[in-house]
Amino acid sequence: MTKNIKTALILLAIVVVMTVLPFVVARGAEFGGTDDAGSQMVNQIRGEEYEPWFTPPLETALGGELPGEIESLLFCLQTGIGVGILAFGFGYYTARKKYAPDSEA
Amino acid sequence: MTRQEKRFMALSLAAAGVLIVPQYAHAMHIMEGYLPPVFCIAWGAVCLPFLAAGVIRLKKAAKQQMLLLAMAGAFIFVVSSLKIPSVFGSCSHMTGTGLAAILFGPASATVLGLVVLVFQALLLAHGGLTTLGANTFSMAVAGPLAAWGIYKLCRRLRAGRKVSIFLAAALGDLLTYCVTSLQLALAYPAAEGGVLGSAVQFLGVFAPTQLPLAIIEGILTVLVIMGLESCAAPELRRIGFLEEVRHD
Repeated sequence: MTKNIKTALILLAIVVVMTVLPFVVARGAEFGGTDDAGSQMVNQIRGEEYEPWFTPPLETALGGELPGEIESLLFCLQTGIGVGILAFGFGYYTARKKYAPDSEA
Repeated sequence: MTRQEKRFMALSLAAAGVLIVPQYAHAMHIMEGYLPPVFCIAWGAVCLPFLAAGVIRLKKAAKQQMLLLAMAGAFIFVVSSLKIPSVFGSCSHMTGTGLAAILFGPASATVLGLVVLVFQALLLAHGGLTTLGANTFSMAVAGPLAAWGIYKLCRRLRAGRKVSIFLAAALGDLLTYCVTSLQLALAYPAAEGGVLGSAVQFLGVFAPTQLPLAIIEGILTVLVIMGLESCAAPELRRIGFLEEVRHD
């Protein structure tokens, strides 16, 4: 194993631990988004409920909030597009390096 | 029904009630309609020169290294779609603009970040169209500028490349949140303490969640660049990221 791969594996392990740890430490927490917390803070500071002056166009079109499942679908779509491009790029460069007769890489 | 069964039923109903309450995890961005119009326009205006500079730079970069550029954009797409829990019981996501800023400069990252923000504002009701200017400023102008500046500074101070990238991406991510807090505070100064007082309060909401995420973002950015260095060194040299022959 090269030194680079070893470093990469250790770094990845840290990321995984940091992502899983919260579930153990903050057991039973809500894990809500910080945007909502931010909006609540707006109310708290103003001392009254803040009425957003603009609704997202999508919510206007749908006549309500985006259903949770559809929202996660769209988030997955976003992840998928990103991962697809990243994977294509890494695949392209790796293959080029492998098959190029005298690559400088 | 026996008493125990009744109790069991009641408990299940209560649990259902709690679970049905919608929990929308709109992480990080200022939500749609949550910033007064004057601020929306002002923040948007501030972003314009950066956007213009970014478009000019990107035109050049796209001709040279389209794929690398697309990958930097894709990285923003991926990490800003992943909501990651933090130890403090809330979720947020990373910005991912540090990578683009380090590779292509802060102005290019502005354009890439804006693309992601528009996607999320239109399709996901996440962030918003009216708050687009403010969110663009925090995530796609201030964050990348900081990341780029910190990277250059670290390199000048002869810090290792990995350490520099980590610090740049992590601190750029954190700064994004500080700016978001400040933007909210400017629009909603506290009765006591004014802008500063309310900035501290907003920061109290965002910072604990974001601190671990900033570290994760730093690590992921290092990983991606490590991968690129191992297979796309000629490209990195062409965009001026790898000036010298690799020594680490």
